[in-house]
Amino acid sequence: MIAGLVTGLALLATVPQHPPAPGGAAPIVVRGETVHTLHGAALTPGVVVVQQGKIIAVGRAADVVVPAGARELTAKVVTPGLIDAHATVGLSGLLNVPHDQDQLERSNAMQPELRALDAFNPRDELVAWVRSFGVTTVHTGHGPGALISGQTMAIKTHGRSVEQDVVRPLVMVAVTLGDGGHGDGGKAPGTRAKAVAMLREQLLATQAYVVKRGKDAAAAVDLGHETLAKVLAGEVPLLITAHRAYDLASALRVADEFGVRVVLDGAAEAYLMLPQLLLAKVVVLPHPAMARTGGELANGTMRLPALLHEAGVPFALQSGYESYVPKTRVVLLEAAVAVGRGLPAEVALRALTIDAARLCGIDGRTGSIAVGKDADLALYDGDPFEYTTHCLGTVIDGVPYLDSPR
Amino acid sequence: MPFVRAHRALLSFLLLLGPTVAQDQPLAFVGARLEPGDGPAIARGTLLVQGGRIVAVGSADAVAVPANATRIDATGHTIIPGLVCSHSHIGAVAGADGSAPIQPEVRALDSIDPRDPGLQKARAGGITSVNIMPGSGHLLSGQTVYLKLRRADTVEALAYRNADGSIAGGIKMANGTNPQRAAPFPGTRGKAAALVRAQLHRARDHQHKLAAAKDTPDKDAAKDTPERNLGLEALVEVLEQKRVVHFHSHRQDDILTVLRLREEFGLRVVLHHVSEGWLVAEHIKKAGVPCSVIVIDSPGGKLEAKNLSFTTAAVLDRAGVLVGFHTDDGITDSRLFLRSGALAVRAGMDRDHALRALTIHNAQMLDLQDRIGTLTAGKDADFVLLSGDPFSVYTRVLETWVEGQRVFDLDDPHDRLLADGGYGASDGQAMSMCCFGQSGQEAGQ
Repeated sequence: MIAGLVTGLALLATVPQHPPAPGGAAPIVVRGETVHTLHGAALTPGVVVVQQGKIIAVGRAADVVVPAGARELTAKVVTPGLIDAHATVGLSGLLNVPHDQDQLERSNAMQPELRALDAFNPRDELVAWVRSFGVTTVHTGHGPGALISGQTMAIKTHGRSVEQDVVRPLVMVAVTLGDGGHGDGGKAPGTRAKAVAMLREQLLATQAYVVKRGKDAAAAVDLGHETLAKVLAGEVPLLITAHRAYDLASALRVADEFGVRVVLDGAAEAYLMLPQLLLAKVVVLPHPAMARTGGELANGTMRLPALLHEAGVPFALQSGYESYVPKTRVVLLEAAVAVGRGLPAEVALRALTIDAARLCGIDGRTGSIAVGKDADLALYDGDPFEYTTHCLGTVIDGVPYLDSPR
Repeated sequence: MPFVRAHRALLSFLLLLGPTVAQDQPLAFVGARLEPGDGPAIARGTLLVQGGRIVAVGSADAVAVPANATRIDATGHTIIPGLVCSHSHIGAVAGADGSAPIQPEVRALDSIDPRDPGLQKARAGGITSVNIMPGSGHLLSGQTVYLKLRRADTVEALAYRNADGSIAGGIKMANGTNPQRAAPFPGTRGKAAALVRAQLHRARDHQHKLAAAKDTPDKDAAKDTPERNLGLEALVEVLEQKRVVHFHSHRQDDILTVLRLREEFGLRVVLHHVSEGWLVAEHIKKAGVPCSVIVIDSPGGKLEAKNLSFTTAAVLDRAGVLVGFHTDDGITDSRLFLRSGALAVRAGMDRDHALRALTIHNAQMLDLQDRIGTLTAGKDADFVLLSGDPFSVYTRVLETWVEGQRVFDLDDPHDRLLADGGYGASDGQAMSMCCFGQSGQEAGQ
C-alpha cells in the first residue's frame, strides 16, 4: 500500500507538464467504512487514492498516507465501478421512438459488420441513469432480434463521445437463436433449423473468405467476413441470445463444430442443462432477475444466477435489452433481486465487477480496485443490494459524478 | 412429480375441509412483529383470527389467547396486512376490442381465467385483493373487477360484492398516447377529451330519461323508459358515483385534463401511474384525488413516461395526496409488489406511509377500507407472514392468508416454484394483453 502511494507521488512529480486529465490533476481520496476491492479482502475501513484518472494507492485507512490538498469523498461502502455485462443502453434510447432505436437493423438477417461504435449515443439520458446506480462501464451494442445483429463494445458511462469513452471497440458479435431471431414478414430465417443452417453457412463462407484473402491480399474486403474471421480465430466470442434449452444446445453444437467461443445470453432454461454448460466451459449471462416470464422466458426463474453459481457455471450479470417499459433495466437492481433469491452477495459483486471485466477482456483496466487500474468506483450509503440503500454516485477515470444520488 | 401431484391433491382435499375447522377454531399467531397499518408497530404481538375475521390485534400481554385456539409461533417474523393492488392485469384479462375507443359495456369479469397462475403468483407476493383492469389502449376499455384472492375457481366466487349484491368494480379510462390510434380512435388529445365528453353527455341524457320514467305514473312508464343500453347504464353508474373511474394518465397536462373532466361531470376518480404527478402535486391535492403510482426502474420506454421519477410517490405523499401503489402486472411483477414500496422509501417516502400505500390506501381507492387494508379487529383476516422487514430485499413472503385461510405457503413445493419461477411456473399463464408484442404506442402501461 505504501509502495502504491510512493508510485503515486512519483507520478505527481512527473506529470505537470502534461495537460490536466478530465476531473483535474488534484488527487481524490475516497474513504469507505468498507471498501470491497475485489482484489483481496475487503478493507474496513479503507482508502482509495486517485490521481490522473488512475488508482495510485489503496489500503486500510491506517496504512495509507493521504496526499495533502486532496478532495475527500466518503461513503459507507465503496466498490469498483460496476460493469454491466450486457446491455443495449446508448443504442436503445429513452424515448423508444424509431429515431432513437439503433440496436436492431432489420433489413438483413445477418449483419456482423454493424459496429456498436457507430450507433452509440453517449448523451442518451439512460446512460447517465445507469451511471447513477454505480455503473461505470457497459458492454453494449447491437441487441437481440436478428440472427446476427451486429457488434458490441465496452464503453465507460461518462457520456462524452465514443472516441473518449470506449474501452474496447469490439467485444462480441450478437446472435439470436429461437423465436426472437426469426425474420420479419416471412423473411428467413423462419424456423429454428433454418436459422442454424444459415449461421453455419455464413461461418463456412467466412472460412472460405479467410483462405481466399490469405492467398490473394488484393481480394475484395468484406466487412462482415472480416468480423466473423475474428470469431473463427477465437479473438471474439459470439454472444448468443437464446432461452429455451434446445436453443442453448444448438448454440453449443455450432460452437463445437466451428471451434468458436460462445457466451450464452438470457439462457432462461440454462438450469436444465448445467452439466453440458460445465463441460463446454461456457460463460452465461443470465437474463435480469426481474425479466418478464412470458414467451420463451416462460420457464424463467429469479434464481437463475443462484443456480448457475451453485453448479459452478461461470457467469456475469446484465441489464439486457428491453423493448418497452422500463426502457433499460438497472443491473444493480437486478442483481439485488438475485441476491434476495439466494445468490451470495459477494458472488453477485464479483459478477458485477471483475468477472464481467474478464468476460469483456477489460480486466487490465477495470473490475477491481488495484493500483494502476482506472479510477472507477461506486459509492453507497449502505449494503449495495438493499432496496433502501442509495448509490451516492460514481468516479470514472477519476472524474466524480455525484450530482444524482439514487 | 407424481408424488408432488399426489401431495397437492391431498393438500387440496385438506383445504376443502379447512374452512370449517379454521372458522370454528380461533387461530393465534404469537410472537411476531405486527405492522397493523392503523397504528404503531407492535414488537412482539398476537394476532387472533376466527371465522375469517380478525378478532384481536395487540401486544402479547394485551391479547388473551382462548384455550381452544391453535397457537402458531411466529417469533422472528413480521405480519402485515394483506397487500392490495389497485391496478393489475393478471388472470388473462382482456377488455375492449379494437372496434371502438369507448366500450363501457365490456366487463373484465367475463374474460378472467381464475386458474391463471398469475393469481397464485400474486398471492406469492402477498397480494390478497386486486383490481383487475382491462388495458389502456382505449379511452374507456371496460368495467374493472375487484377480486379477493381466496381459493376459488370461478370469478363470481372471487369477486367482491357491493351492498346490493352486484359485483364490485370500477371503470377503466385512459388518456395520453395509448388510446391515440387510427380512427375511430382519437388522433389528438383534444379529440380524445371531446369523445369522452360527448359520451358522458349521452350518459347524462340516459340518466335523465331513466329518472323521468321512474317518476312517470305506472301505466305510462313502459313507453317512456329508454331502451336497455349496457354501455350507458354503466356510465350512469359512473355519473352516480357508484363506479370509481380508474384513469390511466402520465403527463402533467393529461392529469389536469382528468381533473377537468372530473369537475365537469362530478366523477369519482383515481389517477393511475401519474408519472409526471410530481409536477402537478398541488393541483392533485386541491382536487382531493387519490393517486395509484407505478414504480418503474427507469424512465422512458414511451414518450409519456420520459419524466418518470423515483420520487413521485414521496412528492405526492408530502403534498397530502392519498398515495397507493400498483403492479400493473405484467409491467411489474406481483411477486415483488413490496419492492415498489421499498423503492419509494429509497426515494424519500415515509416508511409507514409506504406500507399504507400498499394496503389501506389502495383499499380506500376501491371502497374496501371497511373490510380490508389494516390488521384491525372486525376486518377480514387477510395478512402476510414475512421473514423480516417488509422493505428489505432479503425478506421473503412466507405465507399469505385470506379470510383466515392460508392461500400461499413458501414451504409448499408448487407454491415455491411459482414464487421463484422455473420449469412449468407459467404453465397456462397468459401474459397480459397489456404490453407484449405491441408497439410502444399501442401498449397498455
